[in-house]
Amino acid sequence: MIKIRGLKKSFGNLDVLKGIDLDVAEKEVVVIIGPSGSGKSTLLRCINYLEEPTAGIVEIDGIELTSEANINAVRREVGMVFQRFNLFPHMTVLENLKLAPMKVRSIANDEAETMALELLEKVGLASKANSYPEQLSGGQQQRVAIARALAMKPKALLFDEPTSALDPEMINEVLDVMKELAHEGMTMVVVTHEMGFAREVGNRVVFVDGGMILEEAPPKEFFATPNNERTRRFLSKIL
Amino acid sequence: MNFEIIVQSIPLLLAGAGITIEISALSVGLGLLIGIVVGVCRVCLNKPLRYFAAFYVEIIRGTPLLVQIFVVYFALPMLTGSRVDPFIAAIAACSINSGAYVAEIFRGGIQSIDMGQMEAGRSLGLTWSQTMRFIILPQAFKRSIPPLGNEFIAMLKDSSLVSVIGFEELTRRGQLIIARTYASLEIWTAVAFIYLVMTFTISRFVAYLERRYRND
Repeated sequence: MIKIRGLKKSFGNLDVLKGIDLDVAEKEVVVIIGPSGSGKSTLLRCINYLEEPTAGIVEIDGIELTSEANINAVRREVGMVFQRFNLFPHMTVLENLKLAPMKVRSIANDEAETMALELLEKVGLASKANSYPEQLSGGQQQRVAIARALAMKPKALLFDEPTSALDPEMINEVLDVMKELAHEGMTMVVVTHEMGFAREVGNRVVFVDGGMILEEAPPKEFFATPNNERTRRFLSKIL
Repeated sequence: MNFEIIVQSIPLLLAGAGITIEISALSVGLGLLIGIVVGVCRVCLNKPLRYFAAFYVEIIRGTPLLVQIFVVYFALPMLTGSRVDPFIAAIAACSINSGAYVAEIFRGGIQSIDMGQMEAGRSLGLTWSQTMRFIILPQAFKRSIPPLGNEFIAMLKDSSLVSVIGFEELTRRGQLIIARTYASLEIWTAVAFIYLVMTFTISRFVAYLERRYRND
């Protein structure tokens, strides 16, 4: 589904990614962990070209990202959920969900609305359809953001620290929605510090530090018997 | 103070004020159109467009409106060989001038919107232009209302400069009446008062817009 080869990204003299190879299969949930500044968010943002890689190949569903046209085509198929939600504040929740399907997929208003309401139902926010984002709590905003990404019927979802900006008591409501998606078979790449989520939902955990993948393994193995010294040190600090 | 002269001159002055409003409204309207296009060009991905927009803004902002009016009315006809109607010249100079300032206002408004908004739009598959149109500009426009209000008030006052090409707006009417009556004190006071009423009306209207859009 997602194939990354030799991915490098530099900001000026700073090499953030130093050659990443990663494959994500359909219906797989890959959790990326690592210390701050390790390049994990940049890696995620390179997958849908929000950051343009300095070198390397990103291939989504067999399409290599090269021109503006196929980048747009791929972005339609790969949803993204941001740390700071990035809902559109001048639109109601419903309008947030309807915009992209109507403008990008040319879906009629009625159909987009029906679909949007179903998705809001799914994330437990049907009653907030006509609210504005600022009237919602952080957890609710993030659930709307997930519903907004789902409205494009994506083949895969990227999560960039989706719970890092949330108050502790709101983290679970977001994780629950993500777990449900994983169980339904959504392909997901999740950058997070939530080790419980990684353990419970992840098919594979990838440890990134210094712009490289140092270790990847199924969660059980990863947390029980980490091979790499740096992984061990990282885990000992956070677990 | 001879109030009789003021009362007698009021109809003439008000007619001039009507023309002032006409020039200002047209210039501000056209200036808004120019400003939106140029302002978006200032931040767009196309380098030549970006440079062209910056060039336009620098030229216009760096030269006096009075000189711009002279260029349009006196200098351009020497190049083209055909006279320019004073009304067209006045509108052209004022709207091209206003466009540059409005462009800067919009550029500031656009750049004040969180980068995450553009990223969210793009990640949903919207193009840059679609994201600009449906997501960035509506928010930027709201933030631009207060400085746009300043610009409109400035334009209304600066429109007095077109009196130099003989265009009979409020200031020019005042001059003509004084040439006839020598009543400088009365007429200039009246002219100033009429400008004040107009600008105060605009500032109240802008304040109303600000209140209205604050809670959306």
